[in-house]
Amino acid sequence: METLLLSRIQFAANISFHILFPTITIALGWVLLFFKVRFQTTGDQKWMDAYGFWVKIFALSFALGVVSGITMSFQFGTNWPGFMEIVGNIAGPLLAYEIMTAFFLEAVFLGIMLFGFSRVPGWLHTGATFLVAFGTTMSAFWIIVLNSWMHTPQGFEMRDGVAHATDWMEIIFNPSMPYRFFHMLIASFLTVSFLIAGISAFRWLIGGRTSGVRAAMKTSVYAAALLIPVQILVGDLHGLNTLEHQPAKVAAMEGNWETDTNVPLLLFAIPDEEARENRMEVGIPNLASIILTHKADGEVPGLNDFVTEDGEVLHPRVAPVFWSFRVMIGTGVLMLLMSWSVSIMMLRKRTVDGVRKRAGVEGIPKFALYGLVAMSFSGWLATLAGWYTTEIGRQPWLVQGVMTTEMAVADVPAAMVLSTLIGYLAIYAVLLVAYISVIFFLAKRASDGKSIEARVPQSQKAEAIVAAE
Amino acid sequence: MGMFGDPAVWLPFVFAALMGLSILIYVVLDGFDLGVGLLFPLATPDEKDRMIASIGPFWDANETWLVLAVGLLLVAFPIAHGTILTALYLPVAIMLTGLILRGVAFEFRVKAPTSHKERWNWAFFAGSAMTSVSQGFMLGMYIMGLQFTWATIAFALLTSVFLTVGYSFIGATWLIGKTEDKLQRKSVEWAKGGIWGIILGIGAISLASPLTSARIWDKWLSWPEVFVLSPLPIISVLLIAGLWYGLRRLPAEGDKGAWLPFSGTIALFVLAFGGLAYSFYPYVVPEKMTIYEAASAPESLFIILIGTCFVLPAILLYTALAYIVFRGKATELRYD
Repeated sequence: METLLLSRIQFAANISFHILFPTITIALGWVLLFFKVRFQTTGDQKWMDAYGFWVKIFALSFALGVVSGITMSFQFGTNWPGFMEIVGNIAGPLLAYEIMTAFFLEAVFLGIMLFGFSRVPGWLHTGATFLVAFGTTMSAFWIIVLNSWMHTPQGFEMRDGVAHATDWMEIIFNPSMPYRFFHMLIASFLTVSFLIAGISAFRWLIGGRTSGVRAAMKTSVYAAALLIPVQILVGDLHGLNTLEHQPAKVAAMEGNWETDTNVPLLLFAIPDEEARENRMEVGIPNLASIILTHKADGEVPGLNDFVTEDGEVLHPRVAPVFWSFRVMIGTGVLMLLMSWSVSIMMLRKRTVDGVRKRAGVEGIPKFALYGLVAMSFSGWLATLAGWYTTEIGRQPWLVQGVMTTEMAVADVPAAMVLSTLIGYLAIYAVLLVAYISVIFFLAKRASDGKSIEARVPQSQKAEAIVAAE
Repeated sequence: MGMFGDPAVWLPFVFAALMGLSILIYVVLDGFDLGVGLLFPLATPDEKDRMIASIGPFWDANETWLVLAVGLLLVAFPIAHGTILTALYLPVAIMLTGLILRGVAFEFRVKAPTSHKERWNWAFFAGSAMTSVSQGFMLGMYIMGLQFTWATIAFALLTSVFLTVGYSFIGATWLIGKTEDKLQRKSVEWAKGGIWGIILGIGAISLASPLTSARIWDKWLSWPEVFVLSPLPIISVLLIAGLWYGLRRLPAEGDKGAWLPFSGTIALFVLAFGGLAYSFYPYVVPEKMTIYEAASAPESLFIILIGTCFVLPAILLYTALAYIVFRGKATELRYD
């Protein structure tokens, strides 16, 4: 394989691994702040129990996010020097602001948030929790600004083949930024909601039926049930924005080869790039036109419009975009069904010992708890699928209409890229397995009533504390 | 902008200075926590927990200075960024792998089942070693002008050993300040063992850089530079002598002077770094590309500079806050 393809795979592997962890920390920071504030206002220990458990998952996720993020910042130079050479005047300041306003804020206050509870006053600890959550969100903001600008660039001019900024407001508030930012924020909240719900369900199933687990379960399932309709709306608006600015991507998402009216929504198809048609199409008539134009006879762009007269293909490869889009939508629908039905189960009223009250977590049947456990990491699936749709959908462009991906790639021997790629993949596989199993291990340990930290594992001190409890 | 002169001249200089400052802060701060990782195999399990506790609240922010340094290289000198990093492709990949291993081992070693702890301890050491060795290698290659020959690679291997010993040394001096009793006495011994590496390392680099570049030779050894610059090596020698003498008297009654070796080592790192920066200025890619040739457009640099003026003091302030909150001897790290 040539350097370009290997470098693309390597970047995709690194960024896919990286994004898993910010997806968790962006929202989990705010959820922790919610737990902490609830504890400060109600004095109810259950909120601190929930905080105590989830702050450890946060610390773990944060560490993985930081180290994989450092990899990203170096990859620009080692694999894609052309990117900074051509659009560095725009990407540079945005990345600099990300590091200075966000990265440091979260990294510094993380120490106080994790280990400072008994060292600093309550307000400073809550403040540190807020600043970490705020920093993580700001970090996401600047990265999304840069990413959105790569999809819908404006506010610049080209001089001697190099982009120069002309209007920073136009660059920051580029047309797709608000949609992308809120779509990602809500995706993060949904990911965390399903993670908390899944792990709480797991703890509940193995007997850890504490009020802290109850509080975490209710918070997460209700949050998911409220957010998923908002996400569907924001996603729809984002899609319309993409139709306006990147029609080739929408054509690939719909698997639509010819510009046409009354286009069906394809549920299944095997896009054939060679023959430039789909095989085994199953679709709902007119629905793609209705979704994209809100009219049954609305016109949907086709892929064949994006082939130049001399045969150069200026649209992305269809199958990966088409399929990742469907994986994202499918997961979203599953999230909707799951969060709503579990919410209804918890909100039902029933009579226990002559008192009529809400069923709560006790009202969730066992199969639904198993379902929640199975969906613990569903947010990752949807988020990755969504990012693949939008990022592969931008190809062959790196910055839409400004530079192609090929223009940025480094002249590094393919063998070198391949060897480092294999190294990264091996490490990522190990870390992913370790991460997921440690989360379940911590959940199990918490349910056994043991101290979650194994710093003094077999000491009599720990045993004595457990016995005393 | 006019009153400050030509922005195409002073902006690159300001950014080179900022980048240098970030690298220096990184080398000192992450240096000591990498050093603690390098000393890991020499410690008992209990001591390992205490050593981790001494750096737990800081390592994350320490590493951020590396991101800022490479970020400034990326944003202020984009062409140089590509040239340097593609030339150092493999050592960068090894360093990143090391940083990943190390960063996650911090968390996993206490959160994974107890039977896995030894494995993550090992990963913590291996990660610290990979990071230090590859950074030392990159430093050596950079000094040699990014030319790959057998001789330059041999020199880079040498600097990688010295930087690794240097990091363990500053790590040991950090532990002298942060710990007590047996571990503190052990740290003094570690520091005594590492001081040789510092002497040889600084010596080797000070000799090699003027010998490989006539330009650097002239910058140091022509008149009156040789006179003006003479305090630099003299103070360095005095500092090393002071460290040598001081370490023999530690730990002292009432924990007196426990932070002196660490402070002395920081001063030494600052001097060594200052010497290197002086040698290479105005080049960002040695002998090939100056900071003025590699700089981004002034209007882009200016918008970053405005932010930096506000943000950098804030970063320094709240970094100081974290060090104040977690001052004193390292105690068990607890979430509650």
